[in-house]
Amino acid sequence: MGILRSLSRQPAALFGLVIVVAVVVLALAAPLIAPFSPDDQMFDGLTLEGAPMPPGGQFLLGTDTLGRDLFSRMLFGARTSLIIGIVANGIAVSIGLFVGIVAGYLRGLPSNILMRFTDLMMAFPALLLAIVLAALLKPSLWIVAMVIALVNWVQVARIVYTETRGLVERDFIMAERSLGAGHGRILLLHILPHLVPTAIVWGTLGIATTVLLEATLSFLGIGVQPPQPSWGNIIFESQSYFQAAPWLVFFPGMVILLTALAFNLVGDALRDILDPTQRGRG
Amino acid sequence: MAFVLLRRLGQALLILLGVAAITFVLLYALPADPARMIAGRSATAQTVASIRHELGLDQPLIIQFWTYLSGLLYGDLGRSYAQKTEVWTLIVARLPATLILMATGITVEVVLGVTFGTVAAVKRGGTVDRLVMMASFVGVSAPQFVVALLLLYVFAVTLGWFPMSGYGSFAHVVLPATTLGVLGAGWYARMVRSAMIDVLNQDYVRTARAKGLSSRRIIFRHALPNAILPIVAMIGIDIGQFMGGVVVVEAVYGWPGIGQLAWQAIQQVDIPIIMGVTLTSALAIVTGNLLADLIAPFIDPRIRTS
Amino acid sequence: MLRRWLLGTTTAAAIMLAPPAVMAEGKDIVVTYKDDIVTLDPAIGYDWVNWSMIKSLYSRLMDYEPGTATLVPSLAESFEVAPDGLTYTFKLRKGVKFSSGRDVVASDVKYSIERAVDPKTQGPGAGFFGAINGFEDLTGGKATGLAGIETPDDGTVVFKLSRPDATFLHVLAINFASVVPKEAVEAAGGDFGKKPVGSGTFVLKDWVIGQKLVFEKNPGYYIKDTPKIDGFTVEVGQEPLVALLRLQKGEVDIAGDGIPPAKFLEIKNSPDGAQMIVDGEQLHTGYVTLNTKVKPFDDLKVRQAVNHAINKNRIVRILNGRATPAKEVLPPLMPGYDSDYSGFAYDVAKAKSLLAEAGLADGFQTALYATNTDPQPRIAQAIQQDLAAVGVKAEIRALAQGNVIAAGGTEGEAPMIWSGGMAWIADFPDPSNFYGPILGCAGAVQGGWNWSWYCNAELDKRATAADSMSDPAKSGDRVEAWKKIFTDAMNDAPWIPVTNERRVVAKSLRMGGENNIYIDPTRVINYDAIFVK
Repeated sequence: MGILRSLSRQPAALFGLVIVVAVVVLALAAPLIAPFSPDDQMFDGLTLEGAPMPPGGQFLLGTDTLGRDLFSRMLFGARTSLIIGIVANGIAVSIGLFVGIVAGYLRGLPSNILMRFTDLMMAFPALLLAIVLAALLKPSLWIVAMVIALVNWVQVARIVYTETRGLVERDFIMAERSLGAGHGRILLLHILPHLVPTAIVWGTLGIATTVLLEATLSFLGIGVQPPQPSWGNIIFESQSYFQAAPWLVFFPGMVILLTALAFNLVGDALRDILDPTQRGRG
Repeated sequence: MAFVLLRRLGQALLILLGVAAITFVLLYALPADPARMIAGRSATAQTVASIRHELGLDQPLIIQFWTYLSGLLYGDLGRSYAQKTEVWTLIVARLPATLILMATGITVEVVLGVTFGTVAAVKRGGTVDRLVMMASFVGVSAPQFVVALLLLYVFAVTLGWFPMSGYGSFAHVVLPATTLGVLGAGWYARMVRSAMIDVLNQDYVRTARAKGLSSRRIIFRHALPNAILPIVAMIGIDIGQFMGGVVVVEAVYGWPGIGQLAWQAIQQVDIPIIMGVTLTSALAIVTGNLLADLIAPFIDPRIRTS
Repeated sequence: MLRRWLLGTTTAAAIMLAPPAVMAEGKDIVVTYKDDIVTLDPAIGYDWVNWSMIKSLYSRLMDYEPGTATLVPSLAESFEVAPDGLTYTFKLRKGVKFSSGRDVVASDVKYSIERAVDPKTQGPGAGFFGAINGFEDLTGGKATGLAGIETPDDGTVVFKLSRPDATFLHVLAINFASVVPKEAVEAAGGDFGKKPVGSGTFVLKDWVIGQKLVFEKNPGYYIKDTPKIDGFTVEVGQEPLVALLRLQKGEVDIAGDGIPPAKFLEIKNSPDGAQMIVDGEQLHTGYVTLNTKVKPFDDLKVRQAVNHAINKNRIVRILNGRATPAKEVLPPLMPGYDSDYSGFAYDVAKAKSLLAEAGLADGFQTALYATNTDPQPRIAQAIQQDLAAVGVKAEIRALAQGNVIAAGGTEGEAPMIWSGGMAWIADFPDPSNFYGPILGCAGAVQGGWNWSWYCNAELDKRATAADSMSDPAKSGDRVEAWKKIFTDAMNDAPWIPVTNERRVVAKSLRMGGENNIYIDPTRVINYDAIFVK
C-alpha cells in the first residue's frame, strides 16, 4: 500500500509502526509466550518475608506483590490495553462520526442542538466524569472501554462536523442535490468517503489517548479490575512498593509510554500523509 | 462584538446548567445510599429514614435538583454529607492550591515550549529539530502518574533536593509543576514551531536577512509576536484539560487542591462535594474555551465565528 | 589550676550521673495523616483518625485508664447504679470548664447526648443510646429530647433506662457521649465540627483546611499532669510512604497511617527499627461474609466447605506478617474470646468433600465484593485463588466503599464480601459490640450491616439476655454467655474469619511511653498519655 511506503520513509513513523506491530504480535501470542499463567499467585513468587522478587532467574522481569510473574502479566496486559484501545476508540470514532456528520449535514435546530450537546460534553472534566461513571457501574473491561469512549467521542465529533460543513457547501454536493440524489446516497457515497482519512487518523491517535486514560483509571483503582492484568493496574497494586520494588512501576510505565508514543507517531504521520493541510494540535 | 460576547456567555450558562443536570442524575443513580453511610452501622432503620428526610433525599429527583439550583443562585453549594461543612468553604480553601499548581504548570509548559519550539524552527530540519519533535511526542505519550512517581522518587526521596509532599513554599511546587510542565510543553513547542516557520518563510523576512538583519531581531521582533495569540488560545484550552487531570498529580504529591477533595468525596459518595467540584471544573473549562474562542478570529481572520 | 579542673570534672560527672530528667514537658509534636480530618464534632466523627482527637478535645462522664479497657469515672466524680439496673445516677465533678470559660453543668450532659441521638444532627452514634427512655420518640421525630435523662440539679445527671444494659457505662465513655456547650454549637451554625469547643485535655488553636490542625494543651484540665505534651500539630495530605521518610529524618513524630507494607521489612530490620515500630493488637477481625440468603450459601455444608478452603497463612504473609489468622468472630483481646475453639482448619480435601456432599462436586460460580483501595483487591485475589482451588469460581467486584456497603445491605445481592477496609473494629471493648449490627437479626434488613443476612432468633434471645446482665458481679457469667453465643454462631459458619490485623504505628525516637498508649484499644492514639523523652 502506498500509505505504508510513505510511512516507512519517515524514521519516526517507522519506529512507531515497528512498535505497534510488536505490541500487537506479543499480545496475540501471549498465551504461547508467557512462561506462567498471569493469575498464578505463587508461594515461591514472594520472598520469605512476603516481598516481591526482583528480575532474574525464572522470573524474567520479577514478580508482583502477590507473587505473580510480571512478564506474563505484562504480556496479557498488552491484550487488555489493545482490546480496550480498539473497542473504546472504535465506539468513540463511530459516535463522533455519526454526531458530526448529522450535525454538519443538517442545518438549523437539530444541528445546533447536537453541537451544543457536544460542547456540553466537552465542558465535563474528563477524568472526573470517568471516575463518577466508573463508580456508578461495576467496572469490567467492557465498562471501562465504554466509559473511555463516552469521554473521547467529542473531539472526533467536532472535527467531523467542521469537515462535513465544509464538504456540504462544495459545488459537487450541490450538483448532486440538484440532480435529485437522496440524502442517504449523498451521505454514503460522497461525504463518508471523504471522512475516512480523518477517521483513520483520529482512530490511531485515539488509541494513544485511550491507553493512557485506561492506565490512569486503573492506577486510581477504578479501571480494569485485577486479577485481569492491565499495565495500569499493575502499577496501582504496586505503588507503595515503588522504592522497594521499582521494577513493578518502571517496566509497565515504560511499556505504556512506548505504546502511546508509537500510536501517536503513526497517527501523526498518517495525518501528514492523508491530509497535509491539517495543522496544529493533535 | 458585545452581542457575540453576550451570546457566548448565555451559551456558557446553558452548558453549565447541562453539566449540573447530568451530574446530578448520575449521582442520583449511584447505588450507594448517603443517608445510610451517614447513619453509620449502629443506626436503626428509623434513624436512617429520619436522616434521609433531613437531607431531602426522599423527595423526587426534580424537586431535589430544583432545590439545588435555587441554592446555587445564592452561592450555596450545599453541605458535605460526611463533614457537614459547607461545600463552598471546602472548595475555596483548596482552590488556591490547584490554581497555583495550574499557573506554575502552564508557565513551565509555555516557557519550555516556546524556547524549544523557537530553537526547532530556527534550526529547522536539523538534529535539534528532530530531537525536539521527538521529545514533544514522548511528553504527550507519557503516563502522568508514572512520571510523577519517578520525579518524586529521584529528586525528593533519593536526592532530597525537594520536599516530598505538602504545600507552602516554592520548593513544594517545583516537582508537581515540572511533572505537568514537561509533559505538556510538547503541544506548545510544536505550535510555536509551525507558527514561526510560517513567519520565517515569508518574503520580507528573507529580504531582511539578506539585508543583514540579525536572526535574533527577526525572531524577537517578528516571529514570536506571531505566535503569541495562538499560545493564548492554547492556554485557554489547556486550562480546561488541566482541570480534568489534576486528580492524579495531587494524589501523588499530596497536593491539597480540589482534585484530592473530589477523589475523597467520590469514595465516600459525598454528593454535594462531587457536584461542587464538577461544577467548578466545568466553569474553568468553559471559561478557558471561551477565551480561546474569542481570540480565534484575531489569529486567523479567515475563521468565522460559527 | 587543679582545683578548677577538679571542679569542672566533678560538675560534669554530676550532671552525667544525675537521675534521668523527668519526662520533658514543654514539647510540641507532629502527627501526619493522609486524609483530611473530616470533622471534630463528637456527635458525627466516627473514623479512626478523628477518634483520638475527639477523645482529647472533650470530656465524658466515663473514660478508660490509658492503654487499657478499664472503665473509670471521668467527668463524673462518682456514680450509682440502682439494683434493677434501670437507673444510673452520676455526680459531676466541680469546676470543670469549657475552653470558652464556662463551667460544665448537668444540662450540658443532657443536651450533648440528646444531640447525638437527634436525627437532625445526622450522626452515626444514635443507636448506642437505644436503652435510654424516650429513644424511639426522639429518633422517630415525635419528641425533641430524651425523657430518660433527668438533671435535678447542676451537678447531678440521672439516666432512666427502658431495659437493663450491661454496656451502658461503655456507652457513656464513647465519643458520642462527649459533652459540648449548647451556645457554641448554635453559634457555629452547622460548622461546629470545624470550630470545636470542649472541656478536654486539648484545645484546637488553628485549622487550615487540607493542610494542618494545631492543638494546644488545656492548662486548666482537671486531671493533674495531663497531658504530657504541650501540643501537637496534625499535618494532613501526607502519603504514608512520604510521612515515614520524614519520620526517619526527624521531621515527623508519629506517622498516623502506619507503615506501608513496602517499607515495613526495611524498617523492621533497621537498627532503630525496634524502637520506631509500635506493633499492637486491636479489637479487629477481618472476615468474608457468606450471604445465607443467596444460593448456594444457604447450605451449611457449602459455608463450611469454603471455610476450609482459605489458606490464611498465605494471606498473613501477603500482609507481611502484620496479622494473625482468625478462627472465630471475636478477636483475641476481646472478653469472650474462646481460645479453645478450633474453628475450620485449612483443608482443601475436606472442603472438596463437603462440596460434594452438598451436591456441588463440580463447584459453582459466585461473586466476591471488596473495596477498591489497595491492598483489599489483592487480598480478594488471594481469596479468589484459594476458592478456585476447590472449584469455586468467584468473580471479584472491587467497588468504592459506599457501593460495597450498599450491595451488602441489599437483599440477595452480594454472595460474598471481603470486609477489609470496612472490617469490624470494636467501638468499645465489649463482646456485644460484635453481635448486634453484624450478626443479629436486627441487622439483617435492607440497609443493614449484617451482610450474611444471618438471623438466628434463638441466639438473638440469648444475646439480649446476656446484655441485661448489668450487675457487675455477674460479669463473669456474662462473658461466658457471650462466648457460647459466638461459638454457636460460628458453627453456623455465616462468615469466614480470616485475619486479626494488628495496627502498626511508627513513632520517632524521641517519643516515649508504652506501646499501649500508641495503640490504645479505646483511643487509637492516646494524646493524653504520650510524652517526649
